[in-house]
Amino acid sequence: MKKSAMTVLNALLVLACLALLWQILIWTFAIPKFMLPTPFAVAKAAVSRYSSLLTSVWITGKAAACGLIASVLAGILIAVIFAQSRWIRRMFYPYTILLQTVPIIAIAPLILMWVGPGILAVMVIAFIICLPAIIANTTQGLISVERNLIELFLMHNAKPAEVLWKLRLPHAIPSLFTGLRIASGVSVIGAIIGELFAGSTRVGEGGLGYAIQYASSQLETDYLFALVFAASALGFAFFFIIMFLEWYFLHNWHESARAAESD
Amino acid sequence: MTRTHEVPHIELRGVSKAFDAGPPVLQGIDLAVRKGEFVSIIGPSGCGKSTILKLVAGLAPATSGTVLVDGMTPIDGREIVSFIFQDATLLPWRTVAKNVGLALELDHTPRDTRPARIDALLDLVGLKHVAESYPRQLSGGMKMRVSIARALASKPRILLMDEPFAALDEMSRDRLNEELLRLRREQKWTVLFVTHSVAEAVYLSDRIIVLAPHPGRIADEIAVDFQSPRDAGLRSGAAMDACIGIVSRALRGAQTL
Repeated sequence: MKKSAMTVLNALLVLACLALLWQILIWTFAIPKFMLPTPFAVAKAAVSRYSSLLTSVWITGKAAACGLIASVLAGILIAVIFAQSRWIRRMFYPYTILLQTVPIIAIAPLILMWVGPGILAVMVIAFIICLPAIIANTTQGLISVERNLIELFLMHNAKPAEVLWKLRLPHAIPSLFTGLRIASGVSVIGAIIGELFAGSTRVGEGGLGYAIQYASSQLETDYLFALVFAASALGFAFFFIIMFLEWYFLHNWHESARAAESD
Repeated sequence: MTRTHEVPHIELRGVSKAFDAGPPVLQGIDLAVRKGEFVSIIGPSGCGKSTILKLVAGLAPATSGTVLVDGMTPIDGREIVSFIFQDATLLPWRTVAKNVGLALELDHTPRDTRPARIDALLDLVGLKHVAESYPRQLSGGMKMRVSIARALASKPRILLMDEPFAALDEMSRDRLNEELLRLRREQKWTVLFVTHSVAEAVYLSDRIIVLAPHPGRIADEIAVDFQSPRDAGLRSGAAMDACIGIVSRALRGAQTL
């Protein structure tokens, strides 16, 4: 407990130093405030407009979370299908990589066209950006079960469903979490990108992506900075929640969660 | 006793095994194990010791010849067979009790009888106090005991053991050897035991099969018949030493065969 308090303190200290450096930079080079506002101005913008800031965080967070959860459900399902045979993997796995390499910016307008503007489009974009990491890692976890364990189940004449449910799926949980760590970060990015295209149908009401775009068009650089920090904090919160879940589910038996424990 | 008319509990007749198009791993294996007999298979690495167990377990088909388990095909024979692997093969996400329970679940043992069975099995291997621990908290020897308890959960008549104690330190290995003998006196299974420790084979077995490599075939067969009871005292006795000498010589012979 004392150790984690120290960690937080250290992080705050670094933050204070960075803010100071930032301030000195502005003083030295006389940077105009529409290009780089002072840390104080950013804090002031965040406090005075906290209600719309939190609304934006909430909207983006919700969309990212829905996209992430949907990608976990769909990703596990697809991974289970992939785990059935090498042939299925050979045929369909390249398309998973394709999904990963397709520039999401390029297909965002398409998705917007298909599902219409609004939060659903944002969720779909977050979903697409999360999916490859979940599929790839879960599939790896499902198929990397030791031969001896499979043979143990065979000796009991276990049905494929039993092997899946009692052996492959639990075995894949640590890998699923590896995928989730990656996906949790990109889910927020995906949602913000989505919102740049489809964030809101009405002015003043939208997620972080929409608000960032709006603030930048209005040259509200101080609020823009506040939004950027809020976006990072949201991504961090997602990552932290995933880390906690990972610890909660795995600390009894898996090395990765125990490593996190001793950090 | 008319042993000759008795159906062997495990029988291999003219068994050969090759993987894919490779050279034969086993060739012309004839082996009959009587009910209640403890037979060890020993030989240099790569001689197909483990493959024999896989064939008997029905985990791999013989390329030619016949494998019978209590007169049945190996796959039907699984009903009465438990396999104990070199590593403990425990599920790390299950507690000790639930790892033992896995065998009962897979055998579809009625749910309400499981806790008592698990309890009795853990008692048998002296692990009741760690029932709620996870495998990572146990030593190698304890993990192997859990593995044995799980194997016994299916009430097997035949045990196939593939170098089960090879990864353990000598003290744990000796202790588990003695416990295995104690359990066997009570439960009277037929055991087919693969090892590359001569001392272990001599200490445990009624009969030792020595394999020669490339391709794996039976080079020698040595009956082990101690007058004294098999306990820790036997280990340092002259009878044991003499027998170890015989088996070691046979093993050396097999390597140059």
